[in-house]
Amino acid sequence: MRFVDEYRDAGTARALAAEVAALCEPGRRYKFMEVCGGHTHTIYKHGLEDHLPEAVTLVHGPGCPVCVIPMGRVDDAIHIAGQPDVIMTSFGDMTRVPGGRGSFQDAAARGADIRVVYSPLDALKIARDNPDRRVVFMAIGFETTAPSTAMTLLRAEAEGVANFSVFCNHVTIIPAIKAILESPDLRLDGFIGPGHVSTVIGCRPYGFIAEQYGKPLVVAGFEPLDVLQAVHACLRQLAEGRAEVENQYSRVVPWDGNPKALAVIGQTMELRPHFEWRGLGFISHSALRLRERYAAFDAERIFDVPGGRVADPKACQCGEVLKGVLKPWECKVFGTACTPETPIGTCMVSSEGACAAYYNFGRFSRERVREATRR
Amino acid sequence: MSTDDRTEVAPHAGDRAVPVPHAGDRAPSREEQVLDRIERARRRKAKVREELITLAHGAGGKATRTLVEDVFLDAFRNPLLEPLADGAVAGELAFTTDSYVVTPLFFPGGDIGDLAVNGTVNDLAMCGARPAYLSAGFILEEGFPLTDLRRITASMAAAARAAGVAVVTGDTKVVQKGKADGCYITTAGVGTVDPSLRLSASAARPGDAVLVSGPVGDHGVTVMLARGGFEIEADLTSDTAPLHGLTARLLETCPGARVRCLRDATRGGVATVLNEIAEASGVAVVLTEDQVPVRPAVRGCCELLGIDPLYSACEGRMIAVVDRDAADAALSALRSHPLGTGAAVIGRVAADPPGLVLLRTAFGGTRIVDVLVGDPLPRIC
Repeated sequence: MRFVDEYRDAGTARALAAEVAALCEPGRRYKFMEVCGGHTHTIYKHGLEDHLPEAVTLVHGPGCPVCVIPMGRVDDAIHIAGQPDVIMTSFGDMTRVPGGRGSFQDAAARGADIRVVYSPLDALKIARDNPDRRVVFMAIGFETTAPSTAMTLLRAEAEGVANFSVFCNHVTIIPAIKAILESPDLRLDGFIGPGHVSTVIGCRPYGFIAEQYGKPLVVAGFEPLDVLQAVHACLRQLAEGRAEVENQYSRVVPWDGNPKALAVIGQTMELRPHFEWRGLGFISHSALRLRERYAAFDAERIFDVPGGRVADPKACQCGEVLKGVLKPWECKVFGTACTPETPIGTCMVSSEGACAAYYNFGRFSRERVREATRR
Repeated sequence: MSTDDRTEVAPHAGDRAVPVPHAGDRAPSREEQVLDRIERARRRKAKVREELITLAHGAGGKATRTLVEDVFLDAFRNPLLEPLADGAVAGELAFTTDSYVVTPLFFPGGDIGDLAVNGTVNDLAMCGARPAYLSAGFILEEGFPLTDLRRITASMAAAARAAGVAVVTGDTKVVQKGKADGCYITTAGVGTVDPSLRLSASAARPGDAVLVSGPVGDHGVTVMLARGGFEIEADLTSDTAPLHGLTARLLETCPGARVRCLRDATRGGVATVLNEIAEASGVAVVLTEDQVPVRPAVRGCCELLGIDPLYSACEGRMIAVVDRDAADAALSALRSHPLGTGAAVIGRVAADPPGLVLLRTAFGGTRIVDVLVGDPLPRIC
């Protein structure tokens, strides 16, 4: 496949891996966090860690938009879905995310009309096709998906689709990274920056990570060679005593982001004073809600949303995993009480979650898997 | 629930005590201890925890497996059912049944009608049987157009003719509007089988070769696109086809026990079938990614939709596990048949780690190809 296979070439990977190994200072260990769940997925899907030297560890960050939705918000969404005439719509990965009282999948089994869509525009179409129903789109995701929600709101307003509303759960990436950097037990040497989010926000907002915290951040694409190059770039910065924001994904990410996308977000949404993240707790100014002007499309105002708080389960150590303090397997309940079939914590929920990815793809020691696959 | 609650669950018959090799003679690391504990937990008998049926129970992955073992096998347990194969074989008789619910009913390359014939013919073929007779049961929704029903029965008849089987008995039920989605079909099939054949998912041995009869994932992606909503256009058709001619040629070419196991890679795709074989035989299956045939259009769609072609359903492809020494002959036999021209050796069977499917990626790494919990869900980001 053109424009994809070039970024998956094993020969190029081996050559780059040798350079990565050469950049490692003898005896020093390196921890880099890939912020975005898409990167986690790439790392496991292609077995990227087989190309990394022992000294380099990748820590999976909080950038899985499904995983960070707190249980209380899932319960609120299920509550809305249970109201008369409601069709609840959301992305497929929300289907199995557990709230305090089950997931969308369980609510559907109890009779709620919950439909998977691939774009908020699909939800708007369902609203147009079902004028006697109230169609709610459960909006999730970082700055990557927020513009499409914003555009859909503008279109709903222009077309006067009165039976459409948005249950807004959009979050913003920078406060989450800041929360991780503020953590006292954190030991990270650098960051692999989220490619998709950066197409919208650009590279400038990461400046403080290099300037105030002295850590390199390299915005990277989603093919395995992209990620390996980002590791290489982080190591090179450290070797040269630099801490800067670099853009490995310049074929897609403009340094200044996408001003039009940012404008439509700003036009329709504003920052919430604070928002709860599963595993990380309350983070101020870390999420978006609809502006007053779009109140008629705001499910939180239209429906009587209970807004209950459900504490993360006690045994769950997702917060530590998200901050990179614990590896997934070090969590007390990993793989026994908490599995992809019966997730307790955020990191096990979506296939992008750090624990689910480790459970699915990395469960066996690299050594044992390497031994088995040796010819 | 604490981890300790689970260690009290009684082990069942399949709970093998597998010695876990560690590099050298050093003590296992803490990570390895944790992973070993998880593997033991995974081998315990699965229990359905849900109170209501969800869509995941029908997706062919872990949830389906748990439901079948905990509810159906538990209720009906007998030696013929226990292997949970594509069909049951008693003496010279092979017997199978399958229900068909597909949206949309008509898709490029086929419809629910030929699917209902070919699917059941293939379940018989995977037992090494020659299919003879089918039954067909219809559940129709009030208001279903007769032109559609005639179109479905015509394609069933054509598929039956092509497969050399006759639909010899049937049943019809009509339910109120809204109680079903147009048309559901259940077919059962009987066929004759050489009783000396010992095809079984538990027969794979370390060193065996793993073959696939053609490009994987065509049907799943075709149906997904036919459901609409993606605005992706691709020149793809379902691979629905009867495979008994192909299996007959393979079994003639490689007689005796040299063919260990045949499975058609339907719901859950190649990945799910290989996991079942690895689990049942207590072996590892090691695949080589760049040897697995995938059509460029299927690969492209899967990339766009964030799904893995290894989990996408096929309706006319099978996996064959054969003795290493018979691999070349088996490959030529498959390729000599019109339905096997795209056949390939995609991997081999290894001893360790038992019950696992591993993939050597084209990128030069390795990963585990696990059974999915429910449907493959497209990722949003």
